[in-house]
Amino acid sequence: MKTLYLAIKYLAILVWSCFVVFPFLWALTTSFKTANGVTGGATWIPWLQYEPSMHGWKTLFGGAGGTDITGPYLNSIIVTGSASLISIVLGTLAAYGLSRFTFKAGFVRNGDITFFFISQRIMPPIVLAIPFFLLLRQLGLLDTLAGLVLVYIALLLPIAVWVMVDFFNNVPRQLDEMAWLDGCTPMTTFYRVILPNSVPGLIVAGMFCLIFGWNDFFFAFTLTFTNTQLLPVAIVALNSSVTPWWSLSASALISVAPLILLAFVVERFLSRGGLAGAVR
Amino acid sequence: MSALTLQNLNLTVDDEIWLDDISLHLEPGGLYTLLGRTGAGKTSLIRAIAGLEDLNGGRIWHGDTCWNGLAPWRRPVAMVYQQFINYPHLSVLDNVAFPLRRAGVGAEEARERARGMIDKVGLSPMAGRRPGELSGGQQQRVAIARALTKDAPVLLLDEPLVNLDYKLREQLREDLVELLAGRRSTIVIYASTEPSEALQMSSRLLLMEEGRVVQEGLPRAVFDAPASIGAARIVNDPPINILSMTLDSDAAEVESLGYFPLDALFGRERLADIGEAGLAPGQYYIGLRASDLQLAPEGRPAEVTLTEVSGSETITHLDMAGCHLVLHERAVVNHRVGSQIHVRPRLSTVFIFDRNGALAHVAHPARGMD
Repeated sequence: MKTLYLAIKYLAILVWSCFVVFPFLWALTTSFKTANGVTGGATWIPWLQYEPSMHGWKTLFGGAGGTDITGPYLNSIIVTGSASLISIVLGTLAAYGLSRFTFKAGFVRNGDITFFFISQRIMPPIVLAIPFFLLLRQLGLLDTLAGLVLVYIALLLPIAVWVMVDFFNNVPRQLDEMAWLDGCTPMTTFYRVILPNSVPGLIVAGMFCLIFGWNDFFFAFTLTFTNTQLLPVAIVALNSSVTPWWSLSASALISVAPLILLAFVVERFLSRGGLAGAVR
Repeated sequence: MSALTLQNLNLTVDDEIWLDDISLHLEPGGLYTLLGRTGAGKTSLIRAIAGLEDLNGGRIWHGDTCWNGLAPWRRPVAMVYQQFINYPHLSVLDNVAFPLRRAGVGAEEARERARGMIDKVGLSPMAGRRPGELSGGQQQRVAIARALTKDAPVLLLDEPLVNLDYKLREQLREDLVELLAGRRSTIVIYASTEPSEALQMSSRLLLMEEGRVVQEGLPRAVFDAPASIGAARIVNDPPINILSMTLDSDAAEVESLGYFPLDALFGRERLADIGEAGLAPGQYYIGLRASDLQLAPEGRPAEVTLTEVSGSETITHLDMAGCHLVLHERAVVNHRVGSQIHVRPRLSTVFIFDRNGALAHVAHPARGMD
């Protein structure tokens, strides 16, 4: 009975894995094909079924008359990385304050402030495009990395606050009180006791920020012209009258690569079960 | 060596009174037990002393220092919670050393002192482990060690044993008594719901009810003469039987239990005392401990509604003509629910409360007859 259950379980996982892995396989083979190979039908085995070529990969990095994608790639890393980092730092501090201390400003309470943060994500991004554009033009930050970082912080901060408020609300208050009675001020309580126990929450918030930031096309497209290009825009720009399936596939693979890497690194942290044993 | 003085502490949360005008004077070297039911205000009082609740009124003095407005991290207190709370990211050793480190003790010395304290609570083999890897009892030992290690002049223990199973509780209670013994400069405040625990451990007993301290005194004295029906209910477990009684000049009619000549109820030699105690004929309540009821063929019939057998004792709830009684026997007896048994009072100790519930007289009829 147990063997049967295991067999069914692994079979199901296998089928689902095939389903998920298939697009990657398709992209991988296509990235090594030429125009003839692509139009020659669904073929999988190099040398036997089609003649592999590095053409797609070469054009991606500026060879064979293509445009080099390294610049936008680095831009994307800088913008997503720094915006995520700043959002996590600010968002975690804000979330701790919202979770632990009572704020009153007229009729505004903690819940309202939290909702204000989250409400930034309720609006469709297009509503923000024109204000952001005007704002950045005023500041002289259009088409610059700094401008993009600012806009991305506005985009990612609500996610960080949202995830971390929820996380801190589930951290028992007695832990804070215990730290106070052991001589910690609220600030030392935060970084000596609460932060070391918040690694799982920080990882989840960080993952969300990195994924959202990395994948954003809309603001990367509307707030830049030619100087500062991010990866999603650069990939779309590969398109011309003839769709270059080979270099598109290659670029798709290298654009998801960092996220795949991240998932492998983070997985072991998430499964460790952070707060076990704080309060029984 | 400063005493802790509480003056008229008041705490109201959402229009509900949690602390009602509490004034106390607590001396170093004393183990004060706050005894009361859940919701009596024990935890609120402890949290107020620690600075975790904002008082609506009153002052807390420690020697010449006023604690009002002093943040919790500046108050020289240590606390153990009812829940087992430790820092999950630190090892047992670092948990215990944590308060010392925060107080500015060097890393080596803090660890050395922490090691000594861990040894005292019997956790030396676990010093390198995380709290999450320990059992409940061990976790609470870590919390106790952490509270004791910094030698705070005020030690607050909020029902630290209540979440442990019976055997562990007994053992940890004994260890706790040993750990706290000889701390002449510490004021220990211990909240508890268990009268036996309070009788065993404390040097002073404070009974709490509905946010007030209703009686204060030596544990034995409070147990022998609870000031009111409420106090009698707090210090007696299993619950004390409270019955109404009509006293006339030569006999008393106790609800359901029957008619007793005065000398049977109070003892012959004690009859004179009654006049002195000012027991005029009229309406009273009597309190009979559950252990002061006994099975007797000539007693009154009662129906068994519930029996609890625990270890070596039996607690039986009875319905006697609509009157609820509790019988405590120091033996394992199997009374079937629904069956009829006959009981009568042992009349060794009879508490007599006036109509307002205040203690009017404690009679020991049996002693008089010996």
